[in-house]
Amino acid sequence: MEIPYIVDERPDTGLTNGKLGIWLFLASEVMLFGALFSTYIILRTGAVEWPYGELNVWLGMANTFILIGSSVTMVMAWASLKMGDWAKHRLYLILTFVLAGVFLVNKYFEYADHFARGETPSHSTFLAIYFTLTGLHGIHILGGMAVMAYFIGPGAKLWKTNPGQFTNRIESTGLYWHFVDLVWIFLFPILYLL
Amino acid sequence: MSSHSIDDVKKSIRTYWMIGAALFVFTVITVAVNQVHLAVPAAITVALIVAATKGSMVASVFMHLAHEKPWVLWSLLLTVVFFIALLFLPILTTMDHIGTPVHAPSAIGGAGEAH
Repeated sequence: MEIPYIVDERPDTGLTNGKLGIWLFLASEVMLFGALFSTYIILRTGAVEWPYGELNVWLGMANTFILIGSSVTMVMAWASLKMGDWAKHRLYLILTFVLAGVFLVNKYFEYADHFARGETPSHSTFLAIYFTLTGLHGIHILGGMAVMAYFIGPGAKLWKTNPGQFTNRIESTGLYWHFVDLVWIFLFPILYLL
Repeated sequence: MSSHSIDDVKKSIRTYWMIGAALFVFTVITVAVNQVHLAVPAAITVALIVAATKGSMVASVFMHLAHEKPWVLWSLLLTVVFFIALLFLPILTTMDHIGTPVHAPSAIGGAGEAH
């Protein structure tokens, strides 16, 4: 039996089932990160002193540029599919994947530098919440990369049999990826600049 | 079929690149303001305003929220309500005084005030 409303929109919601599903998932993600942002506020307002300038602002800024760039390439990967340009879609999706990888490599060097100086999560309240927030965000980057790798690799053949469904899957992947970018847009100032 | 027509997507390409460029500029502004070393309340206000602006640009343009169906918008509105509650409820619990020891007035002072 074929799953209904994966290409066409449901008459009652005006959405495909996949799109409604990814938005509800993102709503739950908002609550997950919201709980941690709330924790950050409580820890910070309750702290006698809060470290300033402990993180490398320029590396954080570079990672912000990388994630913003990856959001642009991701939306272009979807737009290229909508216009039927498979080659451009592949280029933009691979670019997004590479940018995500570069982000994680930067994060690895940042983490390695902290650990080399003995700055582990147990070192201070600031580092505890820093590693928790950026660690969870990093796991989301990894998750996004796994999905992109699937659509660059074995999942790509769906385009030949059901292009509408494939395009919707890329749209859902993009919605997730933009959310990951959005979280970083708030993490960067609260952890690196304030 | 999906609600995004090919013509709509073609028209949006330029917007995507422009929004990307604007996000780069706003990031530079955030870091530049940080280098000025404002007072903490002002720095927090500016940083959060810029971050909220950038976030709304990503959500409305890249995630197409500006043209999204009511089902998505209402679900997100409900999420925003819960998100605000999640941010403020724990803060309110630290502000209450339940369980805080109440110090009775001293015997001398208390007696003096009573009579």
